[in-house]
Amino acid sequence: MLPMESDAELLVRLRDGDEQAFVLLVARYQGSLLRLARTFVPSDSVAEEVVQDTWMGVVRGVDRFEGRSSFKTWLFRILVNRARTSGVREHRHVSFDPTEPSVSPERFDRSGSWVEPVVPWESEVDDRLSAAAWGPVLRAAVDGLPGRQREVVLLRDVEGLPSAEVCSVLDITEGNQRVLLHRGRSKLRTVLEGERRARGQ
Amino acid sequence: MNLMRRRADLVCQQAVELVSDYLDGALDRSDRKRLERHLRACANCAAYLEQMRATIAATGRITPEDLSPEARQEFTDLYRAWRADDTTTGDERAD
Repeated sequence: MLPMESDAELLVRLRDGDEQAFVLLVARYQGSLLRLARTFVPSDSVAEEVVQDTWMGVVRGVDRFEGRSSFKTWLFRILVNRARTSGVREHRHVSFDPTEPSVSPERFDRSGSWVEPVVPWESEVDDRLSAAAWGPVLRAAVDGLPGRQREVVLLRDVEGLPSAEVCSVLDITEGNQRVLLHRGRSKLRTVLEGERRARGQ
Repeated sequence: MNLMRRRADLVCQQAVELVSDYLDGALDRSDRKRLERHLRACANCAAYLEQMRATIAATGRITPEDLSPEARQEFTDLYRAWRADDTTTGDERAD
């Protein structure tokens, strides 16, 4: 198999009007863009429109991309701008519930210690062989997160953007990002824990 | 008043709230030390930390769906149309 071309290499080709490079970039990021767009708009079809609009922005703006951020960050920022100006906005939960705990309070006794032992399960989830089994569960869990937590989890943990770039793409503060990420990750852990129990592991 | 007095030890229920920031290196020194002291003494919270680490790693392995051949063709057509009608709108912010 040929080594995969980097975004930067594809971008050079895109500047030269290479349509194959464009399609390769679309193939690389379409799923990620749709998933992120869906956190801002109320339906899959609107998300598809926003994403298509984003790609048009890429084609028309590629000469002005100067490489100060990664291509991925630039791409996501175009998407977020398009999504926010698309006029439709899903009713989104914007306030924090300060009492929303990472772990259900019933799991702790009155002194704040765990009631039952926490069982290590990292090897099962980490195991590449079981990735196929856990993938769909986790994907559904990410899709089920509240919009803002989902945005941060997608950009940080699924796409692997550094936290400063996530803040820049979503236009949120570092502190806000940390809280949203913490809440989102805690919920994903809870889902995996429940699934693991349901499977009797 | 003794300014050097050690802050109270964490209980498990507090420790779990610091784990995500800890894994991101986002805790200040004092909270980090408190959490690490707790983790050394508490096997349950150490296991919780590993669960969280595993969750984050598994989330990083979620892969986007492949593009269908129809979508590929659609984007090839769109690209040609956009290039043919290249009236730059000027609203793509520079990076």
